[in-house]
Amino acid sequence: MKRKPNARPRRKTAARAIDFQTDWTYAPAPESTGHIQLRERYGLFINGQFVNPKSGKYFATTNPANEKKLAEVAEAGIADADRAVRAARQAYETVWSRLSAAERGKYLYRIARIIQERAREFSVIESMDGGKAIRESRDVDVPLVAAHFFYYAGWADKLAYAFPGKTPKPLGVAGQIIPWNFPLLMAAWKIAPALATGNTVVLKPAETTPLTALKLAEVFRDADLPPGVVNIITGGGATGAALVNHPDIDKVAFTGSTDVGKLILKALAGRKTKYTLELGGKAANIIFEDAALDQAVEGIVNGIFFNQGHVCCAGSRLFVQESVADVVVEKLKERMETLIVGDPLDKNTDIGAINSRMQLDKIQAYIKIGRDEGADFYQTSCKLPAKGYWCAPALFTNASQSHRIVQEEIFGPVLAIQTFRTIEEVLEKANNTPYGLSGGVWTDKGAKIFKMTSKLRAGVIWANTFSKFDPGSPFGGYKESGVGREGGLQGLMPYLQLA
Amino acid sequence: MSSRTETMPVFPDLSRVSRVDEVGVEERVARFQKRSIKKESKVHALRLALSMMDLTTLEGQDTAGKVRQLCYKGRHLHDAYPDLPHVAAICVYPSLVRVAKQALAGSGINVASVATAFPSGQSSRKVKLADTTFAVSEGADEIDMVISRGEFLQGEYAYVFDEIAAVKEACNEAHLKVILETGELSTLDNIRRASVLAMHAGADFIKTSTGKVQPAATMQVTLVMLQAIRDYYMETGRVVGMKPAGGIATAKLAIQYLVMLRETLGKTWLTPTWFRFGASRLANDVLMQLVKERSGAYQSLDYFSKD
Amino acid sequence: MGTTEHAKQPVPAEAGSGAGKRLPILKTYKLYIGGKFPRTESGRYFTARAPNGTALANLCLSSRKDFREAVVAARAAVEKWSNATAYLRGQILYRIAEMLEGRRAQFVSELVAQGSTETDATAEVDASIDRLVYYAGWTDKFQQIFSCVNPVSTSHFNFSVCEPTGVVGIVAPEADGLLGLVSNLAPAIAGGNTCIVLASNTRPLCAVTLAEVLHAADVPGGVVNILTGTRDELSAQFASHMDVNAVILCSSDAAEIQATQIKAADNLKRTIVRQSSDWSAPEHQSPYLILDTQEIKTTWHPIGS
Repeated sequence: MKRKPNARPRRKTAARAIDFQTDWTYAPAPESTGHIQLRERYGLFINGQFVNPKSGKYFATTNPANEKKLAEVAEAGIADADRAVRAARQAYETVWSRLSAAERGKYLYRIARIIQERAREFSVIESMDGGKAIRESRDVDVPLVAAHFFYYAGWADKLAYAFPGKTPKPLGVAGQIIPWNFPLLMAAWKIAPALATGNTVVLKPAETTPLTALKLAEVFRDADLPPGVVNIITGGGATGAALVNHPDIDKVAFTGSTDVGKLILKALAGRKTKYTLELGGKAANIIFEDAALDQAVEGIVNGIFFNQGHVCCAGSRLFVQESVADVVVEKLKERMETLIVGDPLDKNTDIGAINSRMQLDKIQAYIKIGRDEGADFYQTSCKLPAKGYWCAPALFTNASQSHRIVQEEIFGPVLAIQTFRTIEEVLEKANNTPYGLSGGVWTDKGAKIFKMTSKLRAGVIWANTFSKFDPGSPFGGYKESGVGREGGLQGLMPYLQLA
Repeated sequence: MSSRTETMPVFPDLSRVSRVDEVGVEERVARFQKRSIKKESKVHALRLALSMMDLTTLEGQDTAGKVRQLCYKGRHLHDAYPDLPHVAAICVYPSLVRVAKQALAGSGINVASVATAFPSGQSSRKVKLADTTFAVSEGADEIDMVISRGEFLQGEYAYVFDEIAAVKEACNEAHLKVILETGELSTLDNIRRASVLAMHAGADFIKTSTGKVQPAATMQVTLVMLQAIRDYYMETGRVVGMKPAGGIATAKLAIQYLVMLRETLGKTWLTPTWFRFGASRLANDVLMQLVKERSGAYQSLDYFSKD
Repeated sequence: MGTTEHAKQPVPAEAGSGAGKRLPILKTYKLYIGGKFPRTESGRYFTARAPNGTALANLCLSSRKDFREAVVAARAAVEKWSNATAYLRGQILYRIAEMLEGRRAQFVSELVAQGSTETDATAEVDASIDRLVYYAGWTDKFQQIFSCVNPVSTSHFNFSVCEPTGVVGIVAPEADGLLGLVSNLAPAIAGGNTCIVLASNTRPLCAVTLAEVLHAADVPGGVVNILTGTRDELSAQFASHMDVNAVILCSSDAAEIQATQIKAADNLKRTIVRQSSDWSAPEHQSPYLILDTQEIKTTWHPIGS
């Protein structure tokens, strides 16, 4: 048999394409909602009870997939925030700080178990209230919530081992404000370490996604957690401000936008209150020519289309080495065509609803900005439901560092793609941002991974993977992406004074 | 359906074969496995699976009688359930090709024969070609050859390439499926490289396993091969088929393979022409699921013929 | 502002005695930026005085432009210093201690001139030297204390390490002109950061002399930049400059702290407020002080089955 060396294969012709319009389609597979019990109206969870707000005000929380009202929740005012902080203070002084560390831990274990048992219910409510695909709330959010409580439960009586040479002491009352993208998971990230370290909590869930936090209050009650140890007050920005400005909190933990983070820092200036901030990001996801390209494409998808792109650590800036750029973009577009957008409760849905009308408007505004800036736009051809807030997965090619779609956090399923030639070039561009939350590197070469991961200025680096989370893994940003770490051993420190 | 490569096979540039990350493959497979396939969608998939089946018997104790029974089963999967498709092929040793050919006459079912010193492939080129020629002359529509894994693992890629090309030539009009025996190739990178080698050498199908080595087909390995097929198609425009074989025993798993196929290669491949299951036990489980979907009652194997 | 009367330059005890003898050569106190000793670009000076009002020396009254130059120098030095081996950083810190030891008498006399007793001055210089030795020993160890491998539930190798925050501004304490400065500087550079230090306004002499020590000890240019001047003018610059990653403010002035924190928020500077009446206290040397200007980076890598 004769052989001859092959010339470099030509690029595909336009006629070749993978056709995903098959005769065989997936029938709807909705998760049932029959077991879900929601009240018409929720009060504030203060001192172990649901109480009516002194403000007298309520607001509706809706399902972004069909714009239907799910329940009314109380809007806490300044007096309500004060009441919650007082309850937390009293619980701290009379109960929680007097409890042995091991007993404290046992409460957390209990909470973890109850969450595991009620996982299905939590998943469904999370998807109804926030719009995220049930596949994610079921397989990612809720299991991580239980794992987070389980992880920190074990720390409660082992804190002295975490900080050699120091005697750790709790701070007192923690005021915690969480976002709408991972409502229950962020509640767990905040509450578990706070309780494990012996603090008590006032938590404010996001305005558009309060329900799972309120259901979590039921878990605390079922676990016999002493009243006042965790208090949950609902509301919008004003409620959050009331909590931050309360003089009797010892610690603020905030996850949200960088702009609000700065406001909080200014509000806390001159006070002794400790803080952790988890803010925005614009992560670089970098694909080298020697990467496992098919897995890298999957990593790109996980990086930007996970949770509708409502992820602070999303890999929203893609850098592809020029020699493989065409191939990667082609594969990526193909993969995007197989993403199913629609009913968050359908088990086959990959991308659920955009969290709110406001967020959808913002994403669409950025898409317009990108087009006006002259980048090439591509969006998948999937059908979108008539009601609700939706955005088909989208990308821009030929983007550049000076484009706003490259510089600013869109917080939606929109990817900006740039190409690069050398390591030095891509490092410079990747770090050329005020953010520094996360980053991704794809290459088969070990030394290159270590070089890249050590030179990227960001708190979480995924090498040959993306969007992975674990309670034992510290998470948090460099630069304007935040201060402090949540998760892992490092996540204990912001809740302790080390004497 | 045949496609003899008209031009001379060209040895591929193996340095350009994309790398594979094992954990990433695992994660992708897990996503396929999470797809929920219910109701009419499930029935469609189950019927498709039956039509893609290479019903297989490859035992030392195989006889003409055994093969005839199997052929009948292939034509009449479950007569209590009307309008079922027949299987794609019956897969046997070369010595039983003629028996199968006769038993399947007029059915539209192909006869596939393993060849080339199956399953180890440890013989001379001459013997392998003779084995192939014999099977073809006995009437085989499809030849399932094995690659020389020893040569491959030694890095003798040219040897493996030439051998496949030679067998392809010996196949004449018969379709060539190239068995990589992935369970012996150690890494997904090797599997991807072997896939590229086989396709460039003229394979009409690439196939995971002989069924004689564990692990046989896995979704991970199959995904890597499907992605190699995809890249080869984009590069050359030639469609190459895929056959996972061995270890696919349940309807549920078969559906997961089809989900993976649908979301990796799409419409063109979602047919018996370009995708096969090599299986000996799968058919009855698929049939039980079909009957269950229709009747609502879970089934017993006592009601399904074992041939 | 502007140049005050030209001070009779300091300091040495023997300068006062032996009138009619040789006229001593007086020391010129300049800034230390990017490994060089420039004068302030503003042309302004202030007089450091002994507690009794005697003028000791004229020092540069640094301007915001001097500060800006110092930030540029510090930024330029980050890449090399943060990537220097921990061993090398330890060697250099130890070398600083050695050089300081060699010029012990000069530092003691400067402190005495600024109002310390001989005993206190000696103790402060000794403590400063020992503190540098202490941190020299930490450079290649704190990482081992504070980094970790995290056992995650997926098939990934996950580890967290410390990395320097970057450019750190240090507004040194007014008291303890040498030890206060060293106590805040040493942990920052031990951890691989580069610094801009605003020296004590009332006790600035040792800071400038320390710059000469740093220079002689082969601290790469730009790693430490030392300015003299007033907090009123400069601490706001430390807080507001967008290319400074962290600010260590040694202060117990509530208004100053609040103003700094508000300005620092604009680029999320890590703000560390330290206050002390006694910088020789044991809590002022600790690896946790290194950690104050470190970021934790967590890396995920697939393992495979």
